[in-house]
Amino acid sequence: MTDSAARTAGWFADIDPDEFDGLDDRDAGDARDARDGSTVVTAIREGQTETPQDWPALAVDDEFADDEAAYYDRLHDATMAATRAAVTEREAADDRQLVHAVRAMDDCERTANELAERLAEWAGTVDPDAGTGVSFARELARGDHELESESEPITSLAERVVDLADEAAELREFVERQTPTIAPNLAALAGPVLAARLISLAGGLEDVAKKPSGTIQVLGAEDALFAHLRGHAPSPKHGLIYVHDAVRGTHPDERGSAARAVAGKLSIAARVDHYSGERKPELEAELAERIETIQARTAEDDDRGDSGGETDE
Amino acid sequence: MSDGLPAGVERHTFDGTDRLATRGDPVYGEPTDGDWRAWNPTRSKLGAMLELEMDIGLEGGDEETVLYLGAASGTTVSHVADFAGPTYAVEFAARPARDLLETAASRPRLFPLLADARKPATYAHVVESNVDAIVQDVATRGQARVALENRRFLADDGRLLLAVKARSEDVTRDPEDVFADVRAELEAEYEILETRRLEQYHADHLGVVARPQSR
Ligand SMILES: C[S@@+](CC[C@H](N)C(=O)[O-])C[C@H]1O[C@@H](n2cnc3c(N)ncnc32)[C@H](O)[C@@H]1O
Repeated sequence: MTDSAARTAGWFADIDPDEFDGLDDRDAGDARDARDGSTVVTAIREGQTETPQDWPALAVDDEFADDEAAYYDRLHDATMAATRAAVTEREAADDRQLVHAVRAMDDCERTANELAERLAEWAGTVDPDAGTGVSFARELARGDHELESESEPITSLAERVVDLADEAAELREFVERQTPTIAPNLAALAGPVLAARLISLAGGLEDVAKKPSGTIQVLGAEDALFAHLRGHAPSPKHGLIYVHDAVRGTHPDERGSAARAVAGKLSIAARVDHYSGERKPELEAELAERIETIQARTAEDDDRGDSGGETDE
Repeated sequence: MSDGLPAGVERHTFDGTDRLATRGDPVYGEPTDGDWRAWNPTRSKLGAMLELEMDIGLEGGDEETVLYLGAASGTTVSHVADFAGPTYAVEFAARPARDLLETAASRPRLFPLLADARKPATYAHVVESNVDAIVQDVATRGQARVALENRRFLADDGRLLLAVKARSEDVTRDPEDVFADVRAELEAEYEILETRRLEQYHADHLGVVARPQSR
């Protein structure tokens, strides 16, 4: 082990022991000077070497530490700080990506629909047979529908609508793929898109995990309220989770109970995801059972024919 | 050690039942008795291997070094750090690693690392050579490969204590076939000393004790 190349491969090779003074109060978040421990964190996180060595002995030889016990104390400080930094960074990065993706998806969908409305109105002025919606834009763009009087700008607009709708679909796929890796239990219980929207509205997974379930139940209601005030939407009574199958599939009289049950389980799922990351399939079974009980209440005294799942769009 | 348990692992009585235990801060809500905390074999493959009296070849004590692959939130590695010396815990998922940090906070010789066990070069500048044991519980595809890649850390007379999860390799195949393949692959670098199904505690898992092939 006299090989000096091997020696310098240790994580501590370029570290001034003074760095460790800064490591302890890193969490205090005060002004950081040269001794803020960041070299230590970088050394642990970014160092690489093919072959391990007897690092404790080398560190003592190199006078990085007085003895092996002191070396291990430093190693503990260093790995704790480095892992804490790495974890925080990774979690934040994952959450942020998802939040942006789901917002972009909603923006693309909404914009595509708005433009499709504009397109239908415009196309209607040159062709009485013009259709509506994104599907009509697709027909126009593909040439499946020929306008009675050909219009270059209308076709071009149709192409933009299609592009936006395709972009929204791709973002949706991304969200469906990503959410289960970031919040496996929440995604399983709520479906990946609804889970991502809850995370987005709350501000992050940690924020969902820290909210009481009553707040989760009405998350999104404020947004709907503003949309309503702007004249875009019907008056909201309920949060986002009212699109959950377990709520929609429940008789209106019992939807409040169903929403409470769903919000309760989602809140547990978010906590498990945030604090342990472990998958707990039993949460789904528990929710299904609870919803069944709730739905059975209306199934019994409901012979009017509009029971449960059929009442909604 | 007449009972085959490493020093620092003892049988203690919790609520009238005799259970394995180590001394340390509780981590996962396990019952305690003074300083001792129960080691739940249904939540820990290494715990199950000990309950099944597999000979893991560890003595325990401050001198013993361990590399733990797939530490998750620290359930098992906390017990290892309680009875062994310097213990390196590798985990690649951020969320469980956050809990691992908490577990490590009260254990000065437990070193958490957020890293991928398939890429030992990303932690070989931190983890020392010649560790006495590699404990591996990664439950992902390519479990034998991970054991082979990490051979470089293990002392020639050290032990690989491996839990193989059949379903992680291939859910559709018969676990026995999966285990046979894993064994064959391991034999490129390891001599297998003992294997046992952990069925009683963990479905479709094989416990393996091996040591490096002498060369
Ligand atoms: C079954 S759990 C381990 C439980 C843990 N050993 C215990 O008993 O407390 C498997 C863990 O291995 C981790 N893992 C899977 N592949 C990995 C890899 N290539 N590198 C590091 N960790 C990995 C997973 O993230 C998961 O946390």
